[in-house]
Order: sequence, then structure tokens, then C-alpha cells
Amino acid sequence: MNERVSKLRQQSLDILPYISSERAELITDFYQSNVPMQVSTPVCRALSFKYIMENKSICINEGELIVGERGPAPKATPTYPELCCHDLEDFRIMSTRDRTRYDVCDQVKQVYEERIIPFWSGKTMREKLFRAMTDKWHQAHDAGIFTEFMEQRSPGHAIMDDKIYKYGMLRFKERIAETRAKLDFLNDHDAYNKDQQLQAMDIACDAIMTFARRCEDKVRQLAKVETDPVRKAELLNIAEVCKHVPANAPRTFHEALQTYWFIHLGVISELNTWDSFNPGRLDYNLYPFYKKQIDAGELTKDSATELLQCFWIKFHNHPAPPKVGITEEASGTYTDFALINVGGVHPDTGADAVNELSYLVLDVVQEMRLIQPSACIQLSAKNPDSFLKRACQVVRAGFGQPSLFNTDVIIKEMLYNDKNMVDARTGGPSGCVTISSFGKESCILTGYYNWAKVFELACNNGMDPVTGEQIGPETGDPRQFTSYDQFMDAYKTQLRYFADLKIEGNNSIERLFANEMPSPFMSVLMDDCIDRALDYHNGGPRYNTSYIQGVGIGTVTDAVAAIKCHVFDKKTVTMDEMLAATESNFVGHEQLRQTLINRTARYGNDEDYADCITVELFNAYLDVIDGRPNTKGGKYRVNLLPTTVHIYFGQVCGALPNGRLAGLPLSDGISPHQGSDLKGPTAVIKSAARIDHSRTGGTLLNMKFSPQVLEGDNLNKLMPLIRTYFKMDGHHIQFNVIDVKTLRQAQEKPEENRNLIVRVAGYSDCFIDLGKDLQDEIINRTEQKVF
Amino acid sequence: MIFDIKKYAIHDGPGIRTTVFFKGCPLHCKWCHNPESIRTSPELGFRQSRCIGCGQCIEVCPDDAISVVDGVITTDSAKCTQCCKCVDACIPAAREIIGSERGINEIVDEIEKDIMFYDSSGGGVTISGGEPLAQPDVLCALLTECRDRGIHTTVDTTCYAKLDVVKRVRPLGDLFLCDVKHLDDKIHRKITGVSNELILSNIRWLDDSGADIIIRMPFVPGYNDSESNIKALGEFVSSLSSVLFIELLLYNSGGREKAKRLVKFVDIVRAKHAEDESVEAATRILESYGLEVKAGSYNE
Repeated sequence: MNERVSKLRQQSLDILPYISSERAELITDFYQSNVPMQVSTPVCRALSFKYIMENKSICINEGELIVGERGPAPKATPTYPELCCHDLEDFRIMSTRDRTRYDVCDQVKQVYEERIIPFWSGKTMREKLFRAMTDKWHQAHDAGIFTEFMEQRSPGHAIMDDKIYKYGMLRFKERIAETRAKLDFLNDHDAYNKDQQLQAMDIACDAIMTFARRCEDKVRQLAKVETDPVRKAELLNIAEVCKHVPANAPRTFHEALQTYWFIHLGVISELNTWDSFNPGRLDYNLYPFYKKQIDAGELTKDSATELLQCFWIKFHNHPAPPKVGITEEASGTYTDFALINVGGVHPDTGADAVNELSYLVLDVVQEMRLIQPSACIQLSAKNPDSFLKRACQVVRAGFGQPSLFNTDVIIKEMLYNDKNMVDARTGGPSGCVTISSFGKESCILTGYYNWAKVFELACNNGMDPVTGEQIGPETGDPRQFTSYDQFMDAYKTQLRYFADLKIEGNNSIERLFANEMPSPFMSVLMDDCIDRALDYHNGGPRYNTSYIQGVGIGTVTDAVAAIKCHVFDKKTVTMDEMLAATESNFVGHEQLRQTLINRTARYGNDEDYADCITVELFNAYLDVIDGRPNTKGGKYRVNLLPTTVHIYFGQVCGALPNGRLAGLPLSDGISPHQGSDLKGPTAVIKSAARIDHSRTGGTLLNMKFSPQVLEGDNLNKLMPLIRTYFKMDGHHIQFNVIDVKTLRQAQEKPEENRNLIVRVAGYSDCFIDLGKDLQDEIINRTEQKVF
Repeated sequence: MIFDIKKYAIHDGPGIRTTVFFKGCPLHCKWCHNPESIRTSPELGFRQSRCIGCGQCIEVCPDDAISVVDGVITTDSAKCTQCCKCVDACIPAAREIIGSERGINEIVDEIEKDIMFYDSSGGGVTISGGEPLAQPDVLCALLTECRDRGIHTTVDTTCYAKLDVVKRVRPLGDLFLCDVKHLDDKIHRKITGVSNELILSNIRWLDDSGADIIIRMPFVPGYNDSESNIKALGEFVSSLSSVLFIELLLYNSGGREKAKRLVKFVDIVRAKHAEDESVEAATRILESYGLEVKAGSYNE
């Protein structure tokens, strides 16, 4: 990388993230004014967004080519008190803990104490949400059976398609006006609501254009006083870019990148959407600009690379806003899950879509070595091996990127979820691993579902052994069960009960966001919100999918296998002995624990006994969730990914019959339980491919290789491993290429290992920023050592 | 008699492979990397790291061979008759029987599980050891069954066997990985316990038959890395016509570590790890004979 990029990158790495109260103050100003009382809710939200974009400070960093910051400076992290409001304890913890620390200055604390907290107390979405939930929901939530995404951030998980590169905001305004003109107030009883929604979208377009104009003004001021003629020329060029986009469609590669960046800032300023916002298929969307300018001699490979690198740094300047109600132990993350996708197929023809820019993006990923944005490849059988090989080389560089997705099965998943072929091919994964049709879908991850806890309740007749409370239905004392099927029936009854509870809650929360926290700017961006005159949160998008993410398939398979094998099949252990052992956390039962660990079939070894249970558990999960309606005209689907929740879910579970001790992590994604897979990567892959991935919205398979396994020509053997998994309809695979020794050293000497990046679960993070338990977890994941 | 089946084997021939390790070897190379493969009968192994000190093994041992010494469970190899009763009693699986007779179909079923990986990578099965040619009936049955199921077959061999065995196996193997330890017969006897005459003549026979061959030499500093030996290897291989390339397998001390896990003593020397420069020098010498050379790792 050149000096400019190197400087910007280092600056971004060096600054510790800190809390900026600017947005909180602006939004509070706005809500304290009379405006919210005078207008409809959507218009109120649009005006609040506009108020922020008109009044926030404008930051142009020295030397940068892509401009615009969400906060007043790089790493300045805003808050969203209308969603959830930090208290002073949150600030104390986040500014003093060792890991993922955010600085909070006294002035911010003072503003919060005097203005923000008093005003928002009781009014936040988080509080409204919790008030709307039933006692039973709270009981289950507090027991750690499921989590709720929307208590911290707003529904998002959205990915941009190519429309912003084809049309400017002025064109969107025209389309909004056209739809408004067609409203039939005489016959359509929703006409008023639609009109308000469209008005709000129109205001949101103005807001983002205003922000771009303010950036332009600031750049021109800087150009005026700039003494270096080279930088002066650059600044004037940037000013021209900001003058043109996003009001108009971009004309150049540079303008296209700046367009996306303005849109990105708009989305993440309007609300704190889950998983930030995503550019999606950057290589596919930007290739026409690249090709045109390269052919015309207006752009070189080097200058395109530099622009992409500057673009990368902008993402890195924007850490995830910290959560509220945090604890010392809870490991946060700076990464905001923005994902950049390369590869895949052409939406119209299904042909190989890999192009020159795909390779350029992979080069940038490797050279930048930043935790965000994250990168993935979408691999189709139609993509060439040279593309996969280049991706594997980047994987080998050892910081968890890119992750690898199977475009061919993703298309099947999309078609299963009622999408048309073109929209199916347009999409891909975002955030962690979950798929959506880019630019057309609201696909909402609503919370994680703890299978191990459900298993525990089935073992205890619906009683939570941790608290002694009866929180699930009475499914019988398992000591009386005479067959494996009886046990599984109990498990399935518990599973359905809590799935119902979760979906009931979700239905209210969806309405809460639709009614009280519309998202007009996001609605402009997602087809068909304008045509339907409906908000992004209210069924405006063409597709509306809700997910509940299942966690613990590996651990629970092994636990069920232990019961099936020892209690029901071999009858060598009674249920009473088994439950007594787990209740006592195996104290005094080490022999039994060793038997369970060493003499039981386990998931991840390509053995029918265990893998059939995996399939049964997966199908049971499908049965209680898949295809059920949400309140937005869409359906519930399942996916299997944990992010880092398998740590928390493990903490709330006692010992399990697979020999796992109380409080230890569950398996992550669809990976085997830590240390269970003893037959190497091909066996893991075959076990993982047993479930029907095409009926999910995403699964996550983590593998860790020591670097030697990928040395030299060995890379050629990694590629067929991936291809074969994908041929078997595997959805996703990612690799940590690191040895245990390195990790242990990093644990001992964090300050010397600030650059050590590992793949956690769907994203990469700085190892030293992870909590000790998560660090240990990563170390313990079976190292796929091959010699 | 086999002692292991290893999947995703990536150092034993082309593509992704499954390697089946036969137990029993007529050679005893001083640095042997798979010391558990040398004896022809099953034997007792013990992994200290897995032992939880429960003492179950002491109770079941009929020979009083196991006791606690300095707080550690210790097996007296003089008393141990390798009856392996302690293995069944050892729930943490610290004690293991190394080597078992398994049915051909059972082995091939296990091999076949990864057939999709072989197909996509140009891989298959590798029969290694120990010395597979030392069990010709099992080997031929296994190779025939793999062939019948459409699996590419590789035989990793010292070539120390009667010629008629080599002739029987030849049509069943798609590729032969032939180990050469030393070209000087005197030294070969000293470091492996046997003459290299049979080995070299078998390789010549295989070569004349047109078999695909990869010549592999463990590169063990102080034992067979001399310039004269490398030159002799170059001369020998360049006189053959169906060798694909030479592979230098770089010594590591894993064999000695594994020997410690065997209850019955096997003497394995500790050699030095090869320096990059000496590997490069050897590579250059071999290349000067017009040979393709790769430096790789052991199968373990």
C-alpha cells in the first residue's frame, strides 16, 4: 500500500474507539422540540434523520479520498437513545474494561446525566419492547432459552444491490412523487398512511443529499487553504464527486464508491441497524465503472486499488456502537459485521460473474488486513478454480478472511424461500452467514435459540435446574421414560413451546417497530417499499423473512447420543444415574463422564449413529419454525449460527450427558462440540452436510487449521475440500489458520499481539479483544492437524 | 493387521487420500517415523496425557505389571504380556491396542466414505505401513476391492519383499511410492537392518513394468544426507524411466515421541532436523540429473 493508505490505515488502527454524544444530543434536541407532536410518526422519523444530517459535524480526514464520517471523527461512536439508552454504569464499564474498550469523556457523561438519560428514560424502544412482553417470555429470556436482537439495535441486516449505481436520489424522489400522485384517497383507506410514508422517504432523500452538499462545502473550504497543489487538486475532485452523488447516479469508479459510502452513512445514522449496512457484491456492482474507465485510460489498476483501500479504511473507522446493560465479562466486539461479497453468478443468466475486480478486491483484503469490513467469496461450481485459489491464498494469510459461501446452494435456499430466480441469484450472505436477496429483502435475525437449554428442560420435566423454576411445560419425568422416542417427544414439546413463545414476542416487536420506529431512508433503498408505500419495518420490501437462529447442534447431538446409547440402547446407565451425574456436574462421576466422552458416537466423525440424531434435531427445529408467518407477509425460516452466543448459552446450562461440564461453551454454528471430532476435516464436512442446508437461511461451519496444513501445494488440497462440501450443499465454511502456540502467546502477551486476527464466528476479530473464555474456546476448538 | 486409518491424508500421493497403515515391517530404520508399525503383532500403547489416574488398569492387570511410581501410572514392560485387558478398563482411552485384524469390507467401507473427496481432488487410497507387501493376501484383497469400487490405489512401500509378491501387487496399484533409504548396501544394512539389493531390484522391476512411481527418500541428517548418497540416488533414479518425481521426506522427531507411547521398548534415534540449505543442496544435486524434486513431510 502506498504512503497515503498506510497513514490512514495506521491512524484508524491507533485511535481507541470513543463515545460521541453528538447524535444523542441532536436526536434529543429534535424530540424535545414541538415537531414530533406536529407530524406523523414516519415524517417525524424522517425529519429527525434530516435534522441530524443537517447539523452533525462534518469531518474530512487528511489525505483521504472517500469522505464522510458518522461521528465527528474516525472511531467516534454515536449512540441511539431512542432505541436504547446507556446509563452511567455502562459508560464506566465500557471505558475501564480491558477488552473492546470505548473511551467516554467526562463531558459525554455529564450530557448523559443531565439531558439524555432524564429525557429518554422510559421512552426507549428497549423499554417499550420489554414492557410488551409477557411474564412467560421474560422467564424464558432470563433463563437463557432465547435472546432478543431488537432490545439493543433495530431490525436491519440489509444489503445494497446495484440500484444506487444506476439511479441517484433525485430519481428516487421522482419515483416517490409518481407513487404519491397515484394514491387513491377515495377508495384506498390506507392512502393517508401511504402518503405519510412516502413523504417521509422523500425527506430522507433530501437529508442524505444535504449531507453530501455539506461535505462538498467543507472539502472546498479545505481546498481553498490547501498549499500542496496535488492535494488541492484532489480535494477539488472530491468536491466534484460530492456535488454529483448521491443526488445523481455515479459516472466513475470513484463516484460509485463515494455513493455507496454516503448511503452507508445514511443508514447507520438513521438507526443503529443490526449488522451495520452492507455493500454486497462490490465486484459485480462496480465492474462496469471499472471496466469503462480502465478501457478509457482514466483509471489504472493502482488507482482503483488505492480507492478501494481508502474505502476499506472508512469501514474500519466505524466501530460497532456498544450495547447497553453490558457487564465486565461480556465480550463485545468493535466489528459491525459489514460484509463485502465477491464472486457469484450473473443474476440474469446464472453465468460465472467473477471478473478482474473480484481478484483486485481479494488483493485489497489481504493487504489491508483489517477486521472490518469483512469479506467473503460466493463460490459457484461455475466460478473458476483460479478464483478459489486466490481466495484460499488470502485465507492462508491467516486472519479469517474471506469466508467461503456456496452460491449454488444459496440459490436453492432462496428458491425454497419463495424468491424468483433473478432475485435469488442477486443475493447472498451478509453479516455472519444469513442470506438475503440484495436490495429487496428485510431479513431479520430475531434472536438465538438455545437447544441445549431445551434439552436440559426436557431432562427436568420443564423445570430449570439452575433456578428451580418451572418455566416449560411438564413433559414427564425422564426417569419413567422407557424409550428413546419418549425422550425425544419431550424434547420436541419443549422446543415447540419456546418457539411459540419467541414467535409471539416477535410478532409484537415487529409491530412495535412498524408503528413507532419506521425507517424511511432504508425504505428508499429497498425494493418495493416505494411502490408499496410501506416502510422497511412494515412489509415494504419485496421479501420479508424472519429468522430464529438455532445454537448448539453439535453439543446437543452428542448429549442425545449419550442418552440413546447408554440409557436406551445398551442400557448400561440408568436415566437416574445420568441425571444425578449431570446435576452434580459429574463430581464423583468421572468414570461415567469419561465413558460418555470416549465411548459414545459423536457428531463430526461421519458416523451414522450420531449424525442421524443431528438430522432429527435439525428437522425438529424446522418443524417448529420453518414456514410460519410473520406479521409482514413473510415467513419464519431457520438458520444455524452463533456469533458468540454459544459462550453465553453455555454459561446458563448445567452439565450435559456428553460429558461437558456446567457453564462451558456450546458448540458453535454447525461445528462439532469442542474436541469431539477426531477423524479430520473430511469427516466433519460429511457430518455437517447431513442436514438439509437448502432449507435454511444459513449455517456456519468453523474449521481451524495450523498453517503447515496449507503450506505450498497443500493449498491445492484445501480447494477440493471446499468444493466437495459445496457439492454436498454445504452453505458456508471458514478457516482459522493459526497454531495453538501463537494463540497462547497472545493470551499471555496481549500487547505484543495486537495484530493477531482470528475468525470468531462469521466475523474476524482481534484475538486480544476477545474475552478470556472465548479465547480459550478458540484455542480448544479441535485443531485439524494433518501430517 | 492394520493399526490406523487416516483421512484427509495430504502427503501420501495425489489429491485428498485416506491412508491405511499396515502393521509389521521387515526394516527397522533407526529414525523410524512410525515405530508402532514395526512389530507384526498388536501391542499396548499408553498416552500419559490422557491418564486420569483412576487405577482401573492396575486392578484388572493379571500380571501385576502396572503400578504407581512417583504418582504416575507406570507399566513394567518386562512383566506385561500385552494381554491388553487394561485397555478395556481404561475409559479415558489412555491405553490402547495398536493393531487389529479387520475385515476387508469393513476397511473399504471406511475408505469409501470419502469417495467424493477423492473424486474432486484426484485422490484415493494409500496403503502404507509398516510394510504392506509383508501382508500380500490382505493387501491384494484390499486393493482389488478398492479398484472394484472405483477408488484410485497407491501403495507406499519399502519394496522389501519377494519379487513374486511385487508381481502380484503390481496390476492392482495405480501408483507406487517407493522408499529408498540409502544406496550403499553396507550403510543400508547398518541403518535399516536389511540389504538394499532386493529393494533396488524390485524398483527396477516395477519400473520396467511401466508402473507410475514416486521415489521417496527420508532425508535424515547424519544418516543418509551425504553428497555421495544423494548423487548415487540421482544416478539410480535417472536410470529409471517411469518415475514421476523424487520426494525428500524431511525428518522430524515425531517417531521418537511416538515410541515413548509404546509399552514395549523400540529404539529410535534422535537425529537432527534438516537445514534448509542442505535440503536445497540435495535438491540441486538431484535436479542436475534431470529429476523433478519435491520436499515434503512424513505420513504419520
